[in-house]
Amino acid sequence: MSLSGARLAIVRRTILLLATALALTACGSGDNNAPIAPGGDTDADQSLRQLTIGITQYPSTMHPNIENMVAKTYVRGMAARAITIFNHDWELACSLCTELPTIENGLAVLEDTPDGNPGIAVSYELPAKATWGDGTPLTTKDIVLAYDVGRDTTTGSNNIEMYRRIYKLEVHDDKRFTIHIDKVTFDYNGLGDLYPLPDHIEREVFEADPYEYRHRTQYNANVTNPGLWFGPYLISEAQQGSYLVMTRNPHWYGKAPYFDRITVRAIQNTSAMEANILSGTIDMIGGELGLQLDQALAFESRHGEKFNIVYKPGLQYEHIDVNLQNPILADKRVRKALLYGMDREQMNQRIFSGNQPVADTSVSPLDKVASDNIVKYGYDKDKAMALLDEAGWTDMRDGVRHNAEGQPLKIEIMSTAGNKTRELLEQVIQGQLKEIGVDLRIRNEAPRVFFGQTTRERRFTGLALFAWTSAPENVPRSTLHSSEIPTAENNYSGQNYTTISMPELDAAIEAVEKTLTLEERLPYWEKIQQIYAEELPVLPLFWRPNSFILPHWLKGVRPTGHLNSSTDWVEEWRRE
Amino acid sequence: MRQFLLNRALQSLVVIIIMSFVIYSLIGLMPGDPIDLMISANPNMTASDAAALRELYGLDLPIYERYWNWLGAALSGDLGYSRLFGQPVLAVLLPALKNSLILMGTAFLLAVCIAIPLGTLAASKPRSAVDYGVNLFAFAGISIPSFWLALMLIIVFSVFLGWLPAGGIASNGAGLLEYVKYMVLPVATIATLSIGSYSRYTRSSMLEVLRQDYVRTARAKGASNSRVVWKHALRNAMIPVVTILALDFGYLFSGALVTETIFSWPGMGKLIFDSVMGNDFNLALVALLFATALTLIGNLLADICYALLDPRIVIGGGKA
Repeated sequence: MSLSGARLAIVRRTILLLATALALTACGSGDNNAPIAPGGDTDADQSLRQLTIGITQYPSTMHPNIENMVAKTYVRGMAARAITIFNHDWELACSLCTELPTIENGLAVLEDTPDGNPGIAVSYELPAKATWGDGTPLTTKDIVLAYDVGRDTTTGSNNIEMYRRIYKLEVHDDKRFTIHIDKVTFDYNGLGDLYPLPDHIEREVFEADPYEYRHRTQYNANVTNPGLWFGPYLISEAQQGSYLVMTRNPHWYGKAPYFDRITVRAIQNTSAMEANILSGTIDMIGGELGLQLDQALAFESRHGEKFNIVYKPGLQYEHIDVNLQNPILADKRVRKALLYGMDREQMNQRIFSGNQPVADTSVSPLDKVASDNIVKYGYDKDKAMALLDEAGWTDMRDGVRHNAEGQPLKIEIMSTAGNKTRELLEQVIQGQLKEIGVDLRIRNEAPRVFFGQTTRERRFTGLALFAWTSAPENVPRSTLHSSEIPTAENNYSGQNYTTISMPELDAAIEAVEKTLTLEERLPYWEKIQQIYAEELPVLPLFWRPNSFILPHWLKGVRPTGHLNSSTDWVEEWRRE
Repeated sequence: MRQFLLNRALQSLVVIIIMSFVIYSLIGLMPGDPIDLMISANPNMTASDAAALRELYGLDLPIYERYWNWLGAALSGDLGYSRLFGQPVLAVLLPALKNSLILMGTAFLLAVCIAIPLGTLAASKPRSAVDYGVNLFAFAGISIPSFWLALMLIIVFSVFLGWLPAGGIASNGAGLLEYVKYMVLPVATIATLSIGSYSRYTRSSMLEVLRQDYVRTARAKGASNSRVVWKHALRNAMIPVVTILALDFGYLFSGALVTETIFSWPGMGKLIFDSVMGNDFNLALVALLFATALTLIGNLLADICYALLDPRIVIGGGKA
C-alpha cells in the first residue's frame, strides 16, 4: 500500500468512526418533551404516568426521625406520613390518625404528672388500613419503637425535647395509643415530628446496639426495602447524591396516586437546573428546594409561557438580627431610623417584582395570630434623619454622621456569602442608609461559619441578615425569651442572638404557650408583636416565597408555605 | 528496582500519615462543628442535649485525641461511619469512586488519544495552518471555564437538539448505550479542557526533541518525516508529557467538582466537597487520603514510565 493509500485508509476509518458515533447519538434522540428517566424508559405512553422532579439537595439520610433536612422532608412526604400535619389552611390536622385529639372531643385530658405538675394525656388512633410497603400492618408497635428510639439519647434523634416531654406512652391495642406529656401547652396535640418505625425490621437493629443504631438502621443500609415505607410511594431505587426513584406502594391505604413512577433528581447548580427543565430531562422544579426568587423571575421572563410558575409566600422570614450589645444599636432610635431608612417596598417591587411581601414582625400576615394593631415602618427618610439627630448623630462629615465624641455612625452587616439575593439586598440597603448618613460595612461569611459560629456566639458586631423558617403559630420562645440567650455558660444554646431581655415579653411568650384556646391567646400574641415592632430587636425585611416551576399539564401541586412539603399531598398530583 | 519500590512505598506511607494529620487538623480547625449546625436548626435543643450529642459524635475530645482514636481504628481496618450519610465510609466512597473513575478515566483516555497526535502533528509542521489551528484549539481548551463549557454543551445538545440528557447518571441495570448517553457531555467537557493542555505540552516537547542531533541523523539517513516523528522522536518527547499525565492520575479518583456539580454526576469531587462542608470528618479524611495516595502512586508510575521510555534512565540507583 502506498503512503497516500494508507492516509486514505485512515480517513476512511475516521469517517466510519464518526458515522458510528453519530448513529449512536441519533439512537439516543427522541421526543424532546418526553422525560428521559433513569433506566432509559422514554416510551411515550409510560412517560405520561411518570414525573421527574428537580431539587437542589440530595437527602443525606432517609431515617425519618434522625437529622432534619428539607430534601428529606420533600422525599419523605411521598413515602411516609407523620401522625399530624399542618394542612394548606395552616390548621393542624390528622395525617396518620383518624381524629385530631382535642380537649373538646375528649381525646385529650388534663391530668397531673407523677411529680404532681399539670400534664396532659393525648390519645390517637392509627388508620385501620395503614400498612407497610411489604404488607405488614402498621400498628402501635411501630409507634412504640419510634418512641424508644427517640427517647434514647444515643441515637441522635432530631427532636429530643419532644420525646423528653412525652414521659409515658400507653398502648391500648394495635391501633390506639396515648401519650402523656409533662407540660400543658396549646400545641399539645401536634405530633408532626413522630414517624412510626417498622418494628418488624428496625427493632432488632435497634436492640442489638442502640449506640450504633443510627449507623446500622435499614433506612441507611437498605433504603429500598419496601417494609420501611407506608406512603403512596416506595423508594425503589437510590443513587447516592444523584436521584431517588419512587414507585407506587401496592399497600397504600389512601387515595391512589396518578403517577406510577416519580424520580427526584438532585441538581445543585441552579443554571444546570434551568437547562434540565428546558431540555425536558426534568418536568418540574420543586419550590421547597428550587430556584431562588430572583432566578425564578428571570426564568419566567424568558420562558414563562412554557411553564406554570407559582410563587408561594409563607413562613420564610428574611430579617436582620441586631446585636443589642453594640452601644450604637442599643439605642432604639437608631434601630428605628435604620428601618425607616430602608425602602423595603421599593426593593420588593424592583428586585422581586412585588412577589416578596414586606414583613412587619416575625408573625406572617397569613398566620391566624397575626395582628394589625402594631407600629409599621414605611420608608420615611426625613423621619429616619430626625431620629438620628435626636440620638446625637448630628455632625455630618464626608457623608457620614458623627456624634459629639467624634465617633462615626459605622455599622457592620453580615450574611451568608454566595447567596446572591442577600448580597444584592445588602448593597441596596447600604446605598439607602448612606443617604441618611449611615456607613454600613458588608462582611459576609460561608454559611457554615455564619450559622455555626457567628450568629450563635454573637460574633456579629452589628447586624446579621438571614432567614428563619417556622411552622404556623410558632411561639418565638427560642428567639425572644431571655432564657434563650446563647452564652458560653449554656454552651451557646438558644437562638436569642439579639440578647433582647424584657420581662414583659417573657411573660407574654409564657402566657401564649400555656393558654389553650385561640381566642384567649390572641391578646398575648398581639402583645408580643407590639413589643417586637416597638423595640425592634430585629429589623423585619420580607416574607420570602418559594418558586415552583411546573409544567402546564401537572395539576394538584399545592404549595403550603410552611414546613410541611407539597409532597405530603402527592396523591393529589395528576396529569391533565 | 525492588529496593526502589520499597523505599518509595515507605516514603509514601510516611507522607500519607503526615497528610492524614494535616487534613484532620485542618477540617477540625474549621469553625462550626455538626452540633453547632444542629443547634442553629433546632430551637428546642438544650445545652445538655448539645453536650450529649458532642459526646456521642466524639466531638468533645481534643483534636489530637480524636485523630489518635481515628488512626487506631483505621489501622485496624475500621474507617468509621460517614456522619452525613450514616453508612460505613467505604460504602459511600466506593460508588462515588467508581463513578469518578469511569467519568474521569474515559475523559483522560480520550484526551490523551486526541491530544498527543494533535500536539505531535502541530510540532511536525510548525507555523503551518495545522499548527495554528491546533494552538487555537489548545488555548481555547485551556482558557474556557469548565462551568461555561458545560452549560453551553447542555444548551446545545440537550435544550436545542434534545439529543442527550442534561445531567444525571443512568440507573442501575441500564444498558451501555443509556450509560454512554449520560456520559457524553461531562466527558466532552473534561476532555476538551485536558486536550488543550496535553496537546500544548506534547507540541512543546516534540519541538525540543525534533531539534536533537539524532533526529537530524535519522533524516540524513533518509528516514521519512512521519517515521522520524512517530518512531524516533515521539518516544523521547513523551518523557515530560508522562510527568504531567502521571500528576493528573490522582485527579482520576478525586473527581472534577465543577463538572460533576453541573451534570449532577455523583462522583468524588462532589462527595469531597459535601463532606468537608458538612463536617463529615471520616468521609472527608478518607476521600482526601485516597486522592493523596493515588497521586503518589501516579508519581511512582511516572518514574517507572521514564525508565521504559528512556533506557538511559535507570531507577533504583543502578548505572546509567
